[in-house]
Amino acid sequence: MGSNHLPVGSANLDIFSKTLLELAEQDRDILVVTCDSRGSGRLTPFGEKFPEQIVEIGIAEQNLVGVSAGLAPSGKKVFAVSPACFLTARALEQIKNDVAYSDQPVKIIGISAGVSYGSLGPTHHSLHDFAALQAINNIDIVAPADNFETFQAIRAAVHHPRPIYIRFGKMPMPDLHTPGTSFEIGKAIQLTQQSDHYDVAFIATGETVALTYLASQALAEKGIACCVLSLHSIRPFDEEAVLHAAVNSKVVVTVEEHSINGGLGSRVASFLMQAGIFRPLRIVGIPDEPTVTGSQSEIFRHYGISPQGLSQTALHLLEKESVS
Amino acid sequence: MISSPPGPVLIDRKEIRILERKSIFLRKTLLKIIYTAKAGHTGGSLSCVDILNVLYNHVMNISPENFSEINRDHYIHSKGHSVEVLYAVLADKGFFPFEALDSVEKYGSDFIGHPTRSVSGIEQNTGALGHGLSVAVGMALAAKLDGRNDRIFTLMGDGELTEGSIWEASASASHYHLDNLVAIIDRNTLQISGRTENVMAMEPLEEKFTAFGFAVRRVDGNSIPDLLDVFEKLPFEAGKPNLILARTVKGKGVSFIEDKVQWHHHVPTDEEYAIALKELDEAKKALGD
Repeated sequence: MGSNHLPVGSANLDIFSKTLLELAEQDRDILVVTCDSRGSGRLTPFGEKFPEQIVEIGIAEQNLVGVSAGLAPSGKKVFAVSPACFLTARALEQIKNDVAYSDQPVKIIGISAGVSYGSLGPTHHSLHDFAALQAINNIDIVAPADNFETFQAIRAAVHHPRPIYIRFGKMPMPDLHTPGTSFEIGKAIQLTQQSDHYDVAFIATGETVALTYLASQALAEKGIACCVLSLHSIRPFDEEAVLHAAVNSKVVVTVEEHSINGGLGSRVASFLMQAGIFRPLRIVGIPDEPTVTGSQSEIFRHYGISPQGLSQTALHLLEKESVS
Repeated sequence: MISSPPGPVLIDRKEIRILERKSIFLRKTLLKIIYTAKAGHTGGSLSCVDILNVLYNHVMNISPENFSEINRDHYIHSKGHSVEVLYAVLADKGFFPFEALDSVEKYGSDFIGHPTRSVSGIEQNTGALGHGLSVAVGMALAAKLDGRNDRIFTLMGDGELTEGSIWEASASASHYHLDNLVAIIDRNTLQISGRTENVMAMEPLEEKFTAFGFAVRRVDGNSIPDLLDVFEKLPFEAGKPNLILARTVKGKGVSFIEDKVQWHHHVPTDEEYAIALKELDEAKKALGD
C-alpha cells in the first residue's frame, strides 16, 4: 500500500455479526447474549436464523455479564454483547468477579466503542475500558483495526480459553492487510516493511490504525521512515514487537481511541521505561478534559488523530529530538 | 422436571435426627474455623447451617465423585462472606480433608475469606453481594437449553437483597421460566449495621418476589423437618422459578451469639469459644443417640 487513500471495507461491527452468523452455523454451542442490543449489534439476522442461540436479557448489563458467566461452564461459547460504554462501566464488577476472577471464558463484546457514538456524548463513550480492564487480572483485551482483524479476532475468541474483551466501532474501515497476513491474539502486526532503522515508531490500536498508517505514508513522501504496528491486543501485550519498533526508531508515537491515561500509550511508556529504552514519546488519544462534541471523525481530528495531526506530532517530536 | 407429589411428605424421623446431629457438628466445625483463623462471619454462617446441611446431605446431587460432571445439581453461595459454613459442609462431604481448614485465611492459602474455585467443591467465586442469582440464572438457562435436569441452588443473604442486580436477575429468572432454579434467602433480619428493615426496608419480600414471577414458599430455615419438607416439594409450580424465604436466627445454636448484630463478624474469645462448644455439646446430648 502506498497511497494516501485506502479502499474502504465494511464496518467492523458488520464483520463481527457476519462472522458470528457463519460460525454459529457450524457450532451450536455459540450463544449470543444481548441487552436489548441485537439491533445496535447488527444481530437481528443472527436472532432470526438461530433464535435458540440468542438470549435477551433486556437493558440490564450487570445481569448480562452474570448470566453469561453462568452459561459458560456448560460449554457454551458465550458472546456477551452490549455497547462498550455501559458494559465496561455498569457491569465492571461482574466482569471482574464473575468472569475474570472466576475464570469463566466469556467473550465480552463492546460494540460502538471509544467515541463511535460521537455526538451522543460522554455517557455513550468508552474511553476508560482499556484502563479499567488492564487493572483486572485474567482478561485479554483486543481492539481490531480493520475487517480482517475483526474476523480473525472473533474466530479466535470462540475457542479462546480465557476471558476476553473485544471492542470495535461501527464506521466502515479501510482494509489494511495484504492476503496471507497471519493473526494471533497477543501478536502485533507490522504494517510497514521490516527494517532496523526507522525515524518514527507508530504504535496504534483499533480504529486509529488506518489513520496512523496514512500518516506514515505522508511522512514517507518526506523521506521519513516509519514503523507502524497494529497492536490489536492490549493484553497479551506484544513486548517483542514494541521493543523492536522502539529500539530501531528515534521517536515513538502511540495512538488510541481511549483516554490518554491508562490505555495503550501508558502501557507502552511504562514498558519501554522499565526495559531501559528511552525515546521521546507522545501518547495520542483523548485528553483528560470534557470531550468535544462531534462525530467520531470530528473528535479524532480535533485531538490530532488524523493523518495530518499524527504527521505533525511525529515531526515535532523528531525536531525536538534532533536539537536535544 | 417431575411435579411435586400431592399432600404432606413423610420424612424419616431417623434421618431428621441424623441431620440435626450433623448441624451441631457443622456449627462446631465452623466455629473452630473462625476461632483458628481469628476471622470470619460467625452470625451469618451459623444462621444458614441447617439450610446447607439439608441441601448437601439430603437434597442436592453433588459429591466429590460427580463434581467434575455438568449433569448434576449445582450450588452458588451468593452470601459469600459466610464461607465458613460452606468450608465445613464441603470438608464433611469429603471434598478435602478437615485439616485443610487450619489454613483458612492464612498466608498463601487457597481457603480465603470468600468462596473461590481454587477450593474443591466450589464452582463460582463469590463475595461481592448481588452476584449469585445472575450466575445461577445463567446456569439454569444452560441446563434448560441443553435439556438437562440439573437444578441450580443459590443462597442469598437478606442484606444483599438491596442490590439492584438481584432484581435484574429475578426478572430474567421468571422471563425464562426457570423452574430448575431454587433461590433461598437466609432471612435472619440482621446485617452488619443493624436490622435489615431499619437499614433499608425491603418487606414485603414474599409479595415482591411473587410479583417478579417466583413461586414463593416460607419455611423455618433452622428446622430440619421443615426444610426437608419444602425441598421435597420442588418445583413448587411448573414454569416458575422457586424462592424459599427461610426465616432463620442469626448466630443460631449459641445462646449469646443468637440475634446479636455485633456477632456479624465478631470472632469468639477463648472463653466464648469454650462456652459455645459446651452449649453445642449439650444440645447434641439432648438429641440423644
